[in-house]
Amino acid sequence: MNRNLILGAALSSLVLLAALVSFVWTPFNHAALDIPAKLQPPNAQHWFGTDHFGRDMFSMIMVGARTSIAVALVAVGIGMVLGIPMGLTAAARKGSWLDEFIMRGNDVVFAFPSLVIAILITAVFGAGAINAIIAIGIFNIPVFARITRGAALSLWEREFILAARVSGKGIARISAEHILPNVANLLIVQGTIQFSLGILAEAGLSYVGLGAQPPTPSWGRMLADAQTMVSFAPHLALIPGVAIIVTVLGLNLLGDGLRDWLDPRIRVARA
Amino acid sequence: MLRYALKRLLSLTLSLAVASVVIFAVIEVAPGDPASFMLGVNAQADTLAALRAELGLDVSKVERYFNWVGGMLVGDFGTSYTYRTPVSQMIADRLWVSLPLALYALTLSTLIAFPAGIYAAARRGKPGDVAVMGATQLGIAVPNFWFAMMLVLVFAINLRWFNAGGFAGWEDGVWTGLHSLTLPAIALALPQAAILARVMRSALLDILAEDFMRTARAKGLSRRQALWRHGVRNALIPVLTIIGLQFSFLLAGSIIIEQVFYLPGLGRLVFQAISARDLIVVESVVMLLVFAVIMVNFLVDLAYAAVDPRLRSRT
Amino acid sequence: MNLLQIKNLSLAIHDTPILKRINLSVAAGQIVAVTGESGSGKSMIALAVMQLLPNGAEVDGELRLDGQNLLNRPEAEMCALRGAAIGMVFQEPMTALNPVKTIGDQVMETILIHKAMPPAKARVRAEEVLARVGLPTDRYPMTRYPHELSGGQRQRVVIAMAIALRPRLLIADEPTTALDVTTQAQILDLLKGLVSEYGMGLLMITHDLAVVADMADEIVVMRHGEVVETGVTDHLLRHMQHAYTRMLFEASGHQVNLPVPPEPRPLLEVDNVVRDYRLPRKRLFDAPGHHRAVNQVSFTLNRGERLGLVGESGCGKSTLTRAILGLEEVQNGRISLDGQPVFTGHKPNLAVRRKMQVVFQDPYGSFNPRHRVARLITEPFHLLDTSPTGSERQDRVAEMLTAVGLSPDDASRFIHEFSGGQRQRIAIARALIIRPELILFDEAVSALDVSVRAQILDLLAELCSIYDLTYLFISHDLSVVRTITDRVLVMQDGQIVEQGETEQVFSRPQHPYTRTLIDAAPSLPEIGQGAA
Repeated sequence: MNRNLILGAALSSLVLLAALVSFVWTPFNHAALDIPAKLQPPNAQHWFGTDHFGRDMFSMIMVGARTSIAVALVAVGIGMVLGIPMGLTAAARKGSWLDEFIMRGNDVVFAFPSLVIAILITAVFGAGAINAIIAIGIFNIPVFARITRGAALSLWEREFILAARVSGKGIARISAEHILPNVANLLIVQGTIQFSLGILAEAGLSYVGLGAQPPTPSWGRMLADAQTMVSFAPHLALIPGVAIIVTVLGLNLLGDGLRDWLDPRIRVARA
Repeated sequence: MLRYALKRLLSLTLSLAVASVVIFAVIEVAPGDPASFMLGVNAQADTLAALRAELGLDVSKVERYFNWVGGMLVGDFGTSYTYRTPVSQMIADRLWVSLPLALYALTLSTLIAFPAGIYAAARRGKPGDVAVMGATQLGIAVPNFWFAMMLVLVFAINLRWFNAGGFAGWEDGVWTGLHSLTLPAIALALPQAAILARVMRSALLDILAEDFMRTARAKGLSRRQALWRHGVRNALIPVLTIIGLQFSFLLAGSIIIEQVFYLPGLGRLVFQAISARDLIVVESVVMLLVFAVIMVNFLVDLAYAAVDPRLRSRT
Repeated sequence: MNLLQIKNLSLAIHDTPILKRINLSVAAGQIVAVTGESGSGKSMIALAVMQLLPNGAEVDGELRLDGQNLLNRPEAEMCALRGAAIGMVFQEPMTALNPVKTIGDQVMETILIHKAMPPAKARVRAEEVLARVGLPTDRYPMTRYPHELSGGQRQRVVIAMAIALRPRLLIADEPTTALDVTTQAQILDLLKGLVSEYGMGLLMITHDLAVVADMADEIVVMRHGEVVETGVTDHLLRHMQHAYTRMLFEASGHQVNLPVPPEPRPLLEVDNVVRDYRLPRKRLFDAPGHHRAVNQVSFTLNRGERLGLVGESGCGKSTLTRAILGLEEVQNGRISLDGQPVFTGHKPNLAVRRKMQVVFQDPYGSFNPRHRVARLITEPFHLLDTSPTGSERQDRVAEMLTAVGLSPDDASRFIHEFSGGQRQRIAIARALIIRPELILFDEAVSALDVSVRAQILDLLAELCSIYDLTYLFISHDLSVVRTITDRVLVMQDGQIVEQGETEQVFSRPQHPYTRTLIDAAPSLPEIGQGAA
């Protein structure tokens, strides 16, 4: 156990807990307007204050955590489900046309930052949280494909893989039985990192209006709403920002902690 | 070396070709006809046909694709559906904001990250290292547009050192232009610098464990001399990869940051185009962004070869 | 006064004792060899003299160079001594050089960092030393990068860097362990020549007793951080005092008795085999080049025979091994086992595969770290149509573990709980479990300490008499091949240049290359007669 792991797990579970609890309880209805109580700074009744419509910020932050986590989690899932098999296949068939095809394809996808994908999708289909998921998810595919391939390639050189081949095992079986379990730690750590990047990306997309649409609360849009009021109601901008920082920081610490705990030797691409 | 460059160039061209097909195909599936969207529901059939011909929409999809790509190769990005002006002109105007902003931010982040990363690596485990690593851990977690809002709050609204938004233009001199890009550039650069500093540190620490560093010390180099003469250049190889990747993040980030500072860059252009359903503009800006990312990665590949002699001779 | 005098040197890293009260000395012009098995702490002595110890190291005692104590010297003074008064040569020439700097720059750096002479003169000196170590600049320009040189050539560059300023003391830590025998002989000659020419003291760290006996004026034998015996080479070899020293020398030249092979009946037939690798094009429009790794190789391995395959790195023996195992297809020729081809069409032939198994070199990389021993050694069951289950499976595992000298209880343990030697036993158990007709040993004892190696060789000899093994033993180590095989193939540049009865080939080599190999290998002196 190490300090990063504990602190990271604590912060991440705090956010996760807030998101889960929001399904059954929030201090106020997050969507309820209360114009007379608008723009209150944090106080005993509204712990995080109220926004320009008098909505309770604390409740909105709790519900917003749901959006952030859901989008980032599904996006990591898309990246893993599609990227890992690609990486395993490419490594198993190293140097073949299939490897070349998969990796060049991933290079092309990698040239599309998730914001650009989101712009394209929104231009064609209109805005929504699903766009954000797809955009971030697509961007995650080459990340996982590359890291899986890289780690798998060095394993294929190892003698225990040769021993498995001498025992007549095929590529698919070796990948599932020997390669995947030995790259799993690395993928878990990378998954945590991509999760935190997903939270940031979702916030950015919502901020520019390419993510979750009203009435779905999201931290990024809360910040967009706050922008014109930052001079007289700074808490509107401060609080969602801190929520994002706490979540991302927690996940990053968790990732670092997991890496040290699972295996001090593995290296993770941080990009 | 030449062979290596040509090979990379081939792969660059291929990537661009595939990317252009993807972008074109995605835009093609957009429902509705731009011409009728522009003229409204009550448009006359012949006016519609004339507009379609003017916009080049009256030919087959394959032909349209090649017209689009062929046009771009000679700098003709078509005509905006909304403004009826050449897209190339619109993009060129905005590029004078976005590109300097991205480069400014890249320079800042490199200038901050290199010393910070080298400093931390040289003092591994000591208080200086712990402080830098703590700061970078925080820096990674900060969303750049939120950081931008905080910078506005402090330096524009409270201290009044900078304008809260807008771009002064380059007409009054480079300095005025840079001044109005400074807050946006800082907002973009700091979170990226945090990542880069961490990569620099860990790359250096990896290098420090290499056998040739011990050889260098056995020759009589001090720890610091070995770090500078043998460590930094080898550590540049992974760091360059990240700088290449960062450029695409900076481009994407600048699109968002432009919203915070009301900068008339590509970002604003593309968002206006989305709300006006000006798809040709979206298509061209996206292609341009993708082109920039692929181009930068090509340059990074060439830079590898400059740093690493093994790549040069392996062809 | 001695050049280097070490007195009561103790060293601990994070409170784990590594060296215990070491005493040794090196005089000018003298070669002192420190030897011992892994974990003896011998390399730490080299690092202690250089004062390049890992973090957390605590040192105690005396370490004098020319009478001046080196311990607790200010770092700046140590920097001035390193490279100038003490030079060092490392084990791994492939990684000891900075890949992004030219060899000339790296040799000149030694001179320039000490401001010993102006750059122009430093260049001349660098050319001189490179020429002295056998890399004359007309054939090996100083603008070459390390990756453009072979391992032996890189080691010469490392030596040039170490001797550029004519240090009084040279430290060489396993300088030839990573090199082929012929290269090793050249590098050892070079070091010897430098010592006598410059009157340097040489402190050499090596595990190879044959090298020690060949090179050293004085021998220091270490075990578990302690010096067990020191003496002038000739005397020590004749009058070994310590049981450990005797054991080491006995194990290094360990001989086993193999049962007599049966009447020759062909099992493995390799006929005119060719394996080409495609090389990257040199220029854009050139046809891609080819490297012929295995060139028209033919031989027969008889049932019950133990065949050796020797050759230096890059000679094609690994490629040939992979081809026999059916891991790679050959371009030409035919490999068949019991009359059946290893490859049918472009697919490896399963019926043949189940008759072959392999034991690899690396005891650490040969096993999936996530599986237990029982699962690891039953992996070849995958080749059988019906693999044993339940108690039959357990019995087979227990039988195999017992056969290789382990306990049936070990089946439920993970691989990281075993030492290198035990892991090689497990690898042998895995290879034996389906009773293959042929086993390939690919450098199977090369990574082991001599005492462990001797035990594994004994185990092999024992298994030969129990299971009538047929094997192909691939190794670069001539002394091992000499004792563990009946017949031997000598391979050079992809071709078999000589084959014959092992004893015959070793005592009367016909091919010049075989002669070179045998002459280059340092040999252990006859020992033990006068032991007290």
